[in-house]
Amino acid sequence: MTDTPVALGARPSLRERADRFRARRASWIPVSAAVGILVVMFAVGQAYFGNFLTPRVLSSLLLDNAYLIVLAVGMTFVILTGGIDLSVGSVMAFTGILCARMLSEGAPTGVVIPLVIVLGALMGLATGVLVQVFEVQPFIASLAAMFAARGLAFVVSLSSIKLEDPFVLALQSTRLAGGGWYLTPTGIIAIATVVIAALVLHFTRFGRTVYAVGGSEQSARLMGLATARTKVLAYVISGTCAGIAGVLFTAYSGAGYPLNGIGTELDTIAAVVIGGTLLTGGTGYVLGSMIGVFVYGTIKVLISFLGAEQSWTRITIGALLLVFVVVQRVIVARSSRS
Amino acid sequence: MTLPMDTDVPSSPTDRGAVAVAMRDITVRFPGVLALDGVDLTLHAGEVHALMGENGAGKSTLIKALTGEQRIDAGTITVDGRVRELRGTSDAQEAGIATVYQEVNLCANLSVGENLMLGGEPRRRGAIDWRELHRRAGEHLRGLGVEIDTRSRLSGHSIAVQQLVAISRAIMQEASVLVLDEPTSSLDRSEVERLFAVVRELRDRGVAVLFVTHFLDQVYEISDRITVLRNGALVGDYPVDELPRPELVARMIGRDLDELEALSDSSARVIDRSGAPVIRARGLARRGALEAVDVDVFDGEIVGLAGLLGSGRTELARLLAGADHPDRGHLEKRGTPVRLGTPRHAIAQRIVFSSEDRRAEGVVPDLSVAENIVLGVQARRGWMRPIAAAERDELVARSIAELGIRPADPNALVRNLSGGNQQKVLLARWLATAPELLILDEPTRGIDVGAKADIQRKVAELARAGLAVVFISSELDEVLRLAQRIAVMRDHRKIGELDAREVGLDAVVEMIAQEDPAPSPEPATSAPRSRT
Repeated sequence: MTDTPVALGARPSLRERADRFRARRASWIPVSAAVGILVVMFAVGQAYFGNFLTPRVLSSLLLDNAYLIVLAVGMTFVILTGGIDLSVGSVMAFTGILCARMLSEGAPTGVVIPLVIVLGALMGLATGVLVQVFEVQPFIASLAAMFAARGLAFVVSLSSIKLEDPFVLALQSTRLAGGGWYLTPTGIIAIATVVIAALVLHFTRFGRTVYAVGGSEQSARLMGLATARTKVLAYVISGTCAGIAGVLFTAYSGAGYPLNGIGTELDTIAAVVIGGTLLTGGTGYVLGSMIGVFVYGTIKVLISFLGAEQSWTRITIGALLLVFVVVQRVIVARSSRS
Repeated sequence: MTLPMDTDVPSSPTDRGAVAVAMRDITVRFPGVLALDGVDLTLHAGEVHALMGENGAGKSTLIKALTGEQRIDAGTITVDGRVRELRGTSDAQEAGIATVYQEVNLCANLSVGENLMLGGEPRRRGAIDWRELHRRAGEHLRGLGVEIDTRSRLSGHSIAVQQLVAISRAIMQEASVLVLDEPTSSLDRSEVERLFAVVRELRDRGVAVLFVTHFLDQVYEISDRITVLRNGALVGDYPVDELPRPELVARMIGRDLDELEALSDSSARVIDRSGAPVIRARGLARRGALEAVDVDVFDGEIVGLAGLLGSGRTELARLLAGADHPDRGHLEKRGTPVRLGTPRHAIAQRIVFSSEDRRAEGVVPDLSVAENIVLGVQARRGWMRPIAAAERDELVARSIAELGIRPADPNALVRNLSGGNQQKVLLARWLATAPELLILDEPTRGIDVGAKADIQRKVAELARAGLAVVFISSELDEVLRLAQRIAVMRDHRKIGELDAREVGLDAVVEMIAQEDPAPSPEPATSAPRSRT
């Protein structure tokens, strides 16, 4: 308990400063843990393979996981409000295949891309309305959206559609290179999404309401905050991100495919949790979610460096997730005891 | 918003502040119940006004009507001279009515400063100006005499500090009326002092404070006036010095005081301890919860467990009831050794336990009164043998009548009952199983005077009829009144037994407070069951 007032003004002792730091910044601990794990993995990879920490590997980490970062950002909003969105993988597949199909039939890029992103947002809106207005459990509501989006993806096409639109392909193939490092427009979009989301969460009333709702929805409502709107909007943001991820993933794989993104929603949730966001809501950062995605991506790279089966990625992620969930449990238990 | 101006509402004597809130003829109907029947409430600026009544008297409904959570069916609410229609908490806030609830309604995951400013954050160029936010929050808290780091997370502070933050937030919105709905129920003495200091400060600034509590001491300590409700109707509005405490209680419960006093001097009863005790515990212990305890409970005897929260009294009760496993020691029931692995075994042995956390471990809120009462009997019989409808109805009707459960409706959902009535339902459930040992952990906590008296009377009655009872309560006078023998607990140990006929309150308190030769480094908080 930090009941004792911190003497402001007077030069605080080291211990006081440590106490104050703990009282103020405790919610960053899980994020720091994720950063720690990432650093350890980098170090181990470098020590073991020697050629692990190269600009090429690190640049491709961002490129390969750009879509996942965008999904994780959207998911972070939803989880911060105490919800969950299982539909993101399917929505990504649906918007991706729709994007590929419309482009292949000659629709203008400038129309197609905004359209599929808006469709993603609408799927999110539907989930949000189900959760907020009809009081359906987020798990069930987003499960329904997941099935709906997957079905729609098959309606659009049963097979893969190759992407030939030069603009969308350029999102992936354009490389801003320098000294072995490179950055693609998809990577820029992913980072921009993180930055915008972080600013929104930290500096707008909507963002703070997201945290308040996750902390205690009842309290937030009694404080006169717009909880209903905030919760719906969180799902809309997640849907929008899934729409963007659809475009990014289509650009990344060069084709739309209705079976894309099966299980991606779970990868996304895993990344968000590893990044230090509490599933109970109210605590977490989009920056952490990005780190979580990098942890996920690095495990993949390490395993391919080892030449092992990629199924080990899932096993490792599973184990890591388990550790994080237990750690979170301990943190929650400790904070509720004080 | 400024302080209330002159109004066209009937004015008050000159020595009191202007009328801040006038609620007139407030009527609220719930399905089948008239929750409020033409109730008046007048709050003046610069006074603390206590709202008193039993649970179910309509206090909560009246408060909810004032805070906009409950629509009224008839009547008018005038705030600062303007008739208001309050359709939600935001309407009430806009009218200058701020509310602090029993449960701290803040977001513990956010910083203290943010909790104060949420919804009214200072902004610069569209973005929240954090530096300004914390500056204003800190200034505001200091103005109320509260020094805390506004950047620290709220969850790191004690409930008392959180409650102060909640009040500060309420006041921040320039409220002219502050409603305090049992804010002190989980605070200790010094924390209450701190809170009252803030309340007095606000009163002196001209805020009208409506204070609801179960603690009579606090009412007399801080209030200027008292409004008493009973059964949804107004009993009266009195200056505090014209309503002595016994009068207040009598008006709240609408019963003669003598009747209360006559509550059998249960503790004076002589217990025959010659036979085998109903339960005999020898060296009963559980690691981290309880050090070896010996205890006997005889037929017709009430054994009180006294001690502070976390002293081990709940832990002992749970071991006796099979709710937890002992690591060591053994139990005998009427001379026969028994092992109580689960509450199910205990029920089979006719030992029943009513937990201190009646909502989480007692009643099933989503089931009806009847279903809740029958649960215990059904558990004893096993699910293969359903209870005949007629038998069930008879049992339920008898329980409701005997214990005075309100509403007397077998089909009412227990979640809608007041705490006292939930406790009665719980008691009814266990009594229906014809127990030989009844273990009650804090059966009267957080319930009103009337229900408390009902429960005490029932327990005394049952014991007189031969039931063995283990009774735990934080209110020592209650334990002293009921129990014939008192086991005093401290630091997870039984430190002694007292004969209730020979000792008074002071002796028990002294024993609890005794200096321990070997002080345990971590008192109270390490008890696994105490979640507060």
